[in-house]
Amino acid sequence: MKKEIHFTLNGYEVAAEVEAHKMLLNVLREQLQVTGTKEGCGQGECGACTVLVGGLSVDSCLYPAFEVEGKSVTTIEGLVGEGNKLHPIQKAFVENGGIQCGFCTPGMIMSAKALLDENSHPSEEEIRRGISGNLCRCTGYVQIVESIEKAAHMNEAAPDKSTT
Amino acid sequence: MTEFSFIGTETPRPDAPDKAAGKALYIHDLTRPGMLYGKIKFSDYAHARIKHIDTSRAEKLPGVRAVITGYNTPEIRIGFIRDNFVLKQGKVRQFRDEVAAVAAIDPEIAEEAVDLIRVEYEELPGVFTPEEALREDAPLVHEVDVKGRPKTDNLVPVPWKFVAGDVERAKDMAAYRAEDYFETPLIQQSCMGTAGCIAEFDLQNNLLIHTKTQIPFLAQNDFNRALAAIGLEGKNSRVIVPTLGGSFGTGLDTHGYEYISILLAYKTGRPVKIVLTREEEFTALSPRQPSKSHIIQGCDKEGKLLFRDIRMLLDNGAYTSWGATTPSVMMLPISSLYRVPNVFYDTKIVYTNNTYCQAMRGYGNPQAAWALESNMDQLAEAAGMDPYEFRRKNANIPNDISPMGLNITTCGLKECLDTVAEKLQWKEKRGKQKGTGRGVGMASLFHVGGSGRVYRSDGTGIILKLDDFGNVSVISGGVEMGQGFNAALSLATAEALGVTPDRVTVISGDTATCPWDVGTHASRGAFTSCNAAIMASEKARRKVFELASEHFMPRIKSKMKRRKKKDPDFEVPDLDYERICDPSEFDMKENMIFLKEEPENPLLRLTLGDILREAHYKEQGTMIVTEAFYDPCNQMIDAKTCRGNLSATYIFGTQGAEVEVDLETGKVKVLNFVAAHDVGQVLSKQAIKGQIYGGVVQGLGYALSEEYKTSRGKNQNSNFLDYKILSAPDIDFPIEIECVETHDIEGPFGAKGVGEPGLVPTAPAIANAVYDAVGVRIKSLPLTPEKILEALAQKE
Repeated sequence: MKKEIHFTLNGYEVAAEVEAHKMLLNVLREQLQVTGTKEGCGQGECGACTVLVGGLSVDSCLYPAFEVEGKSVTTIEGLVGEGNKLHPIQKAFVENGGIQCGFCTPGMIMSAKALLDENSHPSEEEIRRGISGNLCRCTGYVQIVESIEKAAHMNEAAPDKSTT
Repeated sequence: MTEFSFIGTETPRPDAPDKAAGKALYIHDLTRPGMLYGKIKFSDYAHARIKHIDTSRAEKLPGVRAVITGYNTPEIRIGFIRDNFVLKQGKVRQFRDEVAAVAAIDPEIAEEAVDLIRVEYEELPGVFTPEEALREDAPLVHEVDVKGRPKTDNLVPVPWKFVAGDVERAKDMAAYRAEDYFETPLIQQSCMGTAGCIAEFDLQNNLLIHTKTQIPFLAQNDFNRALAAIGLEGKNSRVIVPTLGGSFGTGLDTHGYEYISILLAYKTGRPVKIVLTREEEFTALSPRQPSKSHIIQGCDKEGKLLFRDIRMLLDNGAYTSWGATTPSVMMLPISSLYRVPNVFYDTKIVYTNNTYCQAMRGYGNPQAAWALESNMDQLAEAAGMDPYEFRRKNANIPNDISPMGLNITTCGLKECLDTVAEKLQWKEKRGKQKGTGRGVGMASLFHVGGSGRVYRSDGTGIILKLDDFGNVSVISGGVEMGQGFNAALSLATAEALGVTPDRVTVISGDTATCPWDVGTHASRGAFTSCNAAIMASEKARRKVFELASEHFMPRIKSKMKRRKKKDPDFEVPDLDYERICDPSEFDMKENMIFLKEEPENPLLRLTLGDILREAHYKEQGTMIVTEAFYDPCNQMIDAKTCRGNLSATYIFGTQGAEVEVDLETGKVKVLNFVAAHDVGQVLSKQAIKGQIYGGVVQGLGYALSEEYKTSRGKNQNSNFLDYKILSAPDIDFPIEIECVETHDIEGPFGAKGVGEPGLVPTAPAIANAVYDAVGVRIKSLPLTPEKILEALAQKE
């Protein structure tokens, strides 16, 4: 069964004709060519495909495309401002060595965004829990956690005005 | 000590912004016009005769463009000793054997088509442990060797044996000895980005392949050989490496799926993409090989090591990869970690019907370190010595030649041992926390730090291209896998050339445009490429200063004139503007060329771009492109004696942990972790920390949770729920890093290779801490709660 779905992607209205078994990740990557969101496992275990739907983080590889109808989706591309201005979380990852191969990074940053939107001053433990669904094989998480801590401080200095 | 402008700084990695924005392009993100999707049909058995393959239904499925098997394609041999075939004929030897493949217009049709292929097998008895495979009546995995001669056993014909001194005599002399058996499991590298490629042909039948590899130039050679095998003798392959989602050794070989893409692309005349699913990544890529070690070490009354005797049994799986050469690296710590005069090391590598193995970060060293460093603690105890003091007593020293002929130049092992002891409060804690379930342990590492000559050339090329605006392209054959190669190379080039890092762009991963490199392995990327970049930078500086000798003063003069025009009050200084300077009068720093005599004079400075433009646009103009090929001063290991100075320098390190063992559950909790490495010199602070943290945490997975499980050759945990790599909440303790800088003479700015070491001694450090905590020694990885509870029960 095919159906046309409409949703908001990074602030813009989009439409796509999708089959019932397709997941949000398939629509983003294959139909809309928004490839910043990565597929690490396709089974909801690694978190590389994390995006925000209505401000909440979800594994887009397990999120049925039909269910995104009328909702607002934010992907890693949506955090980048005009003139390639990185979001404070992205900036913190760059400046604190939170990125190695980068494959987990988009999902990791979206989970961090969901966390900081809900809790602007998370403890280290809360950060670790906030990214518990995002696997990284390169960094050992140390510089990722530091990056998110720094991002929280940057938020304090310059409140984040980006929409979710 | 040298003062650096950029070396050792926290400068962010150049590849990070694109990755942070989701703009980096991995193989998953690439498409080509008219691209088809390939899918592989793998074996249903670990060992079986192929009786018949029926592809008719798959061929009829709409959207399918090609179906291939070993029976309708040319034979392509692959593998370290060429004992593997891309598509199998006659029989299958492991579950991941490729029996057929399809190309279709979309991935779903390709998958459906693969399911429509019917293969009839006759199951054969298999061998699933090296012990089984070594029995006299064992079924043969390969009936003939690569030359077609009948085989009578399952031994892989790559024996490794190292003998130094007289171990038997030393055994008689030893006052104390410790003997035991240690095991390590299969480990999946678990790259976050799975493997894949896109193969296509141009109209001259040259191959273009985008593929996830660490060895673009060796891959080019392999693919050219495959082209010859399919009748395209003399045709060339261009290998392009996209952004890699990790590699950790998976990219050291070329793989069946790459050749299948090539065959499908040739047959269809269209680009063909194959990307492995996560399940296929587990079941169809080569994991780190498992090991079984029997070790005996002995020392004299004072605790001086006298001998080391290690015999290893390695399960190779069904075919050879470069993984069959890991004993050449195992040999390094076995012969040379701590000073030991008498060494015996022997390996048997055995074919089985298990998945064939490859190396992973550490290249055999983690397996060797597990046995060696666990047993060092046992020997210390036998000798009644503190394990830290015992290691210190036997530590390597600078300017020493080990029994294997390894020329140890700089060596900071004692400093590393002392650092870890101090930071763990060793003296206060070791053996002094009885009854608390807490304990401390340490283990050391010895690894190649100056590349490793596993191939006849250990070289790497660099091209520096300077443009009119003072920008620099560093064109390199190395590969950024996430480890920070581009960071180290851009900082080293900036430092050596005298420009700022933002002016430097690293271009790599294309065999058609980049100079040759043997591969990004052996922790060699930064070591070799930065050395080459320093050589190429020196050439470029000479050229720049030659051009400056002609153009500097005239250009200064015209700048003065222009300034005077704008600002009539400006007084043009009285200088000899016609003077031809000598090239040796110049220096360049942070993009500015100036006279050494007057480095601070703001009127006598020009940008690099100023000089380059002058030189470019004059009559008979010129541009600056320099190249260098750096081949380290190291040696291949002699095949017979297993001796040779494999690396230009060696890296040392010690890692230690404090742990707490829950006596009820058997769970090991790490409380504190310390890693001290003799890195020579920090190149990129961000990258080096990332390498050590990442290595340590991979090592903790090896120690505590990771195990690739098989049952009669079939993988049982092909997902991240059942194969447990550590997640962020698992790392709820501090990891402290200390970089000991010994400023190696061969290293670029004194640096040694650091990519693999963090992983190497982690597992034995944890096991040694568990022993201190609860008095049980676990001898097989990982240290699961079940094993610890069982050992605790046995102890009582």
